[in-house]
Amino acid sequence: MPSNRPTSRDLPGDNAWEGAPSSGALAYLGSQFNRHLRASLRRPGELLNPLVFFLMVVTLFPLGLGPAPEQLSAMAPGILWVVALLANLTVSGRLFVADFEDGSLEQMLLARHSLALTAMAEVMVHWLLSGVTLALVSPLFAAMLNLPSAGIPVLMVSLLLGSLCLSLIGAIAAALTVSLRRGGLLMSLLIIPLNVPILIFGVAAVSEAANGYNASAWLALLGAFACGGLVLAPLAIGAGLRISMDT
Amino acid sequence: MPELLLHAQSVCLERGYRCLLKDVNFAVQEGQLWQLVGPNGVGKTSFLRALAGLAKVGVSGTIQRPETVLYQGHLPGLKPLLSPLENLRWHPSGLGTKELDALTWALEKVDLAGCEHLPVNHLSAGQQRRVALARLWLCDAPLWLLDEPFTAIDSAGAALLGARLLAHVEAGGSVVFTSHQPNRFAEQLQAMDLSEYAV
Repeated sequence: MPSNRPTSRDLPGDNAWEGAPSSGALAYLGSQFNRHLRASLRRPGELLNPLVFFLMVVTLFPLGLGPAPEQLSAMAPGILWVVALLANLTVSGRLFVADFEDGSLEQMLLARHSLALTAMAEVMVHWLLSGVTLALVSPLFAAMLNLPSAGIPVLMVSLLLGSLCLSLIGAIAAALTVSLRRGGLLMSLLIIPLNVPILIFGVAAVSEAANGYNASAWLALLGAFACGGLVLAPLAIGAGLRISMDT
Repeated sequence: MPELLLHAQSVCLERGYRCLLKDVNFAVQEGQLWQLVGPNGVGKTSFLRALAGLAKVGVSGTIQRPETVLYQGHLPGLKPLLSPLENLRWHPSGLGTKELDALTWALEKVDLAGCEHLPVNHLSAGQQRRVALARLWLCDAPLWLLDEPFTAIDSAGAALLGARLLAHVEAGGSVVFTSHQPNRFAEQLQAMDLSEYAV
């Protein structure tokens, strides 16, 4: 026995705390969700960045295209959706970089639970803080571009569902490029083609609604994409992270 | 007969088309404390990562390991904006207990009482290391793989950590760690010199 063994008023001595063992899968998912949510909320500046980006790019269009209200109104669905896509692209590339740099990623890999669970927690937090907030403030941007008011509820729903798809797709590419020092451009090249269907459905939904038609078919397609993505993307993200770490 | 916790058979390590280690056989029994030694660049960290199951590409041979392994590499695995308590409570490895009493107790053990609620990036490098190592008091994993656990830690902390490693080994666990410091537990420690296997 070494003489420098610490004395403590606590009973377990130098041994591990005897208590509840490691948690189940759902508790683990919850703990990772909490961890990412708290860590992200302590950086409010980063949450505002995509919104400010959205605002600034949307204000560029009337300057570039001319302020004619009819023209802007006709182009609004496309402009809003393309800018939302770009705003998502700017943030989703950094999704796993911090985890990679501080060593959290290797600890995730060693967890008994599937990497898909942690990936899921991280993407959900990312979506809540970027996609959902964007959908909530989108009526403001819609008004700036003179989108007919009939299109606004559909714009919000389509952005809500569509940004979930965009975040899931972005996370796959982010997982694959996380260990590259300059993965940014490569990531855009990987993501943009995959985002095209989401953009088409989203724009179609908003313009149908703005013209007074029923947009539910397009929204249903977006919803189907989101459901499929929720099931399949975490598996791909987990596999991508595993490949990235194994270097 | 003590049980075999970790068994690596004829493991070869390659890194970027260069063969680092060849035909390493390494068996760790319950209650054993191993130090991996060897000069810089011999492949201690790579070997430890292979033992933990973190690296698969470029690793051949068979490695049997327990279902749960506690691995602590060079990187702390802590979120800089979360407090030590939050970091341990929601640790990404999902190992160990999450009771607040236990977490506070473990932080007291590593002399961080009073820092529980500060963001980790307000702590010094040594203190951050202590937060990461507080997991040793919380986790029931039988096998610990620690990469340079004594780095950045003062002598009092090193003594604490050494005592904890010995206690784990005496309770039937095993520890494999890398360190350049001369060994501090003469009787129990076994050394594994990786330079014998270097190519």
